[in-house]
Amino acid sequence: MNRMLWRKSLNAVMLGLTGFCTLLVASVLFVILGYLAWNGASHLSWNFFTKLPAPVGELGGGMANAILGSGKMLLLAVSIGVPIGFLAGVYLSEYGHGTFPFLVRYATDLMNGVPSIVIGIFAWAIVVRPMHHFSTLAGGVALGVMMIPIALRTTEEFLHNVPHALREGAMALGASKARAVFTVVVPAAKDGIMSGMMLDLARVAGETAPLLFTALGNRFWSQGWLEPTASLPVMIYSYAIAPYEDWNQQAWAAGFVLLSMVLIVNIVARSIMARASSRLRH
Amino acid sequence: MKRLLTIVVLAALFAAMSFAQLNITGAGATFPYPMYSKWFDEYHKLNSNIQINYQSIGSGGGINQVTEGTVDFGGSDAILTPEQIKAFQTKRMTNVLAFPTVLGADVPIYNIPGVTAELNFTQDALAGIFLGKITKWNDMAIASANAGVKLPAGDIIVVHRGDPSGTSFIWTDYLAKVSPEWKTKVGAGAAVNWPVGLAGKGNEGVSGQVKQTPNTIGYVELIFARQNKMTFGKVRNKSGAFVKADLAGVSAAAVGATMADDFHAGSSGSQPSITDAPGKTAYPISSFTWLLVPEEIKDKQKAKVITDFLKWMLGPGQKMTEALDFAQLPAPVVAKELKAVAKVH
Amino acid sequence: MASAPASLEVSAGRSLGSRVHAGDAVAYSITLISAGSILLVTVMLVYFLWTGSELTRHKFGFEFIVTQVWDPVVEQYGALPFIFGTVVTAGLALLISVPLGVGAAIFLAELAPRRLSSSMTFLIELLAAVPSVIYGLLGIFLLVPVMRTYLVPALKAVLGSLPIFSGPFYGPSILSASVVLSIMIVPFIVSVSREVLLVVPTDQREASLALGATTWETTWKVVVPYARRGIFGSIFLALARALGETMAVTMVIGNTPKLQSSLLAPGHTIAALIASEFAEATSATYLQALTEMGLVLFALTIILNGLAQLLLLTTGSRVKA
Repeated sequence: MNRMLWRKSLNAVMLGLTGFCTLLVASVLFVILGYLAWNGASHLSWNFFTKLPAPVGELGGGMANAILGSGKMLLLAVSIGVPIGFLAGVYLSEYGHGTFPFLVRYATDLMNGVPSIVIGIFAWAIVVRPMHHFSTLAGGVALGVMMIPIALRTTEEFLHNVPHALREGAMALGASKARAVFTVVVPAAKDGIMSGMMLDLARVAGETAPLLFTALGNRFWSQGWLEPTASLPVMIYSYAIAPYEDWNQQAWAAGFVLLSMVLIVNIVARSIMARASSRLRH
Repeated sequence: MKRLLTIVVLAALFAAMSFAQLNITGAGATFPYPMYSKWFDEYHKLNSNIQINYQSIGSGGGINQVTEGTVDFGGSDAILTPEQIKAFQTKRMTNVLAFPTVLGADVPIYNIPGVTAELNFTQDALAGIFLGKITKWNDMAIASANAGVKLPAGDIIVVHRGDPSGTSFIWTDYLAKVSPEWKTKVGAGAAVNWPVGLAGKGNEGVSGQVKQTPNTIGYVELIFARQNKMTFGKVRNKSGAFVKADLAGVSAAAVGATMADDFHAGSSGSQPSITDAPGKTAYPISSFTWLLVPEEIKDKQKAKVITDFLKWMLGPGQKMTEALDFAQLPAPVVAKELKAVAKVH
Repeated sequence: MASAPASLEVSAGRSLGSRVHAGDAVAYSITLISAGSILLVTVMLVYFLWTGSELTRHKFGFEFIVTQVWDPVVEQYGALPFIFGTVVTAGLALLISVPLGVGAAIFLAELAPRRLSSSMTFLIELLAAVPSVIYGLLGIFLLVPVMRTYLVPALKAVLGSLPIFSGPFYGPSILSASVVLSIMIVPFIVSVSREVLLVVPTDQREASLALGATTWETTWKVVVPYARRGIFGSIFLALARALGETMAVTMVIGNTPKLQSSLLAPGHTIAALIASEFAEATSATYLQALTEMGLVLFALTIILNGLAQLLLLTTGSRVKA
């Protein structure tokens, strides 16, 4: 009888604890969001989105150039990361048996695990050093390289999930393998692939470390692709560790903007992905 | 899909468009950053097609990047070592010129809960604290100079620079001059092996750290302390007076400074140290800060702009320094420098 | 159905065969080149890390890994304080996040009703998307002051006699960095562990319950051990992520290259070191030493990722790494 009571109470306690753990972990998200909204949203202003940074001690500065800089680098990152990742994903999914594909997969996993700071010094070595200056291009390259592994994985996975029947049906109709893949299989997986790319983009949008010695920073508008540029994550970092209260407040505002964008993209992408996965499984 | 593609291409083209602006990049010292950010902003207002982008990454970074050629000029409060000068000459195939811009001061900032008074620091007190030998705020060495102030018994937390820094150079240069123990144990330099303390990144990082952590002491450029309304102490100078850093004290320290004519970094007298200067009113931890400019710049348009900026800096620019708590360069230095600016080509 | 093959055959000019081959060949080559470029970039990365650290590798040899001193002034470089900091912060982060994460995973997989489980998991997975610099921002302004005012004094009151909790607490410290890291890696553990637990066959549970075990006993003694490999895999993945974290760590760890026994003291990690000093390395040796640190970190990551992949593969589950 006693033993039974012990076991039952242990059951209740442990299960209660797991619920508590879940609550704790989930609540962290709300604390983060809440704190950022509280501190950041209140300091958002028209100036923030449209003005350049002001000299130290002067109020009214903004992060317009950082927003544009981040936008440009992400554009470049997408143009590097998405095509290469997508095409390589197609390769692995459709032609992928043997040592070479195995090596490619291994290399991708390796790259995925590399800390972003190491990618940063790599981009510095191949772009900044030969060109002898910091640039938007270097930052975009660093972010692009970071996008490749996940773009590849996403493509490969969703293509893999497309039922073979579709492929075989297309080929039975006389389509070549390439045509079957690109006109039938890929469109079938397109929702999943696109949402995966969006998640990938959201991830690199928040990266700071690789930009520190590739894009450096800029107090003005950065023109073209070959000049240093400000970016949202780097501004958050520099402004957060500064002693100026105005800068700290701007860091909160920027953090709020960045997080909101990242989370919105994540939520949208995941909903598309969930829909895509469930559709394919039927 | 097609529409998306068109938007993307247009965006890329738009982003790539140059608006006929000349962009010059500089990086380095955080010490004069408030002044430089103001100067470059004002210069841009006067010359709207020129953008001089200065990134405050520390004197070490400035020296490094200008040597590598990844920036057009560097900023440093640290005196260049012979190795650094040689590296520059080898890599850039030209001499490096060190142009003083303003005079500033390192001040001891502290955050002691309950203490709002301006503390007096003797040379021994500062050296002892930074050596880690004086560990409590109410130590005799500090208390004896501050009769009437109730100092707590808490542990002193030292904050120093983690990055190679001109501000550190000035501070350690001073400590090496007033403390033989510091000179042998640690020495002077932009980066030293600090016996104790937390590291902050840039003047910004150190002031941020001190602001956020109780019982800390750190050193930052005067303007950082002023702008952040942080309490900083007086330091005893060579003549025995406790001086609070201000424009008069800093200018007094620069009175005897002799500057070489050629402004070549490395030639004797090109980067004089004015710490621990004699003079009753001199503030003992003062210093010049320099812009490091290659003598020969390949891009002649940039060379012209830099020369023009330097001349402006020595004229109207000098008039803006006092508002930001930096002292103007002494007149003889300005005269010599205007002549030397012509060397940049 | 009959018209399709007919229309394909009736094509002016070239035969079906050659058209098929041309299109296929082009597609194959383009995708092959893309795949190959990934291999190329990885090789270039390793090459750069290896050759970029040649000087210091030859100068310091293996002792680099066990030397304590990091003094750019006298050009003496040792990796030990950073390896220590990296491993300790990651280890401590795991110590905190694994019980929390596995606990939450158990709740979400075994107890929670399906919809609650899905929505909570969704929220927790969103945490994984929060950028590192934002964790750093909250670390500086929220976590560290809270720790300084409430948590650490309480900790010291209870465990202050232990050497790992000795010394003053400034704020930025190994402990603070570990706590921030643990929050960052918990979502990975929850997400992967939950998936692995869900894949455990229902008959295992039913058999255990039929024998009279309580839900907890079933979960802890039957389901979790069954999914053990996958859970360990998730831990390794979280560990690999923790090792490479840069921004959040550098903002709350104190950036001090000293080996200290107390967790309350400031420290440093490899990633934070590279981030804070790379742009300022003023000599070739300095730069090479930093590159070598990058190499060490890279090596650590490879080993751990390899172990994780091994474990996840052997579970036979379709869990995404």
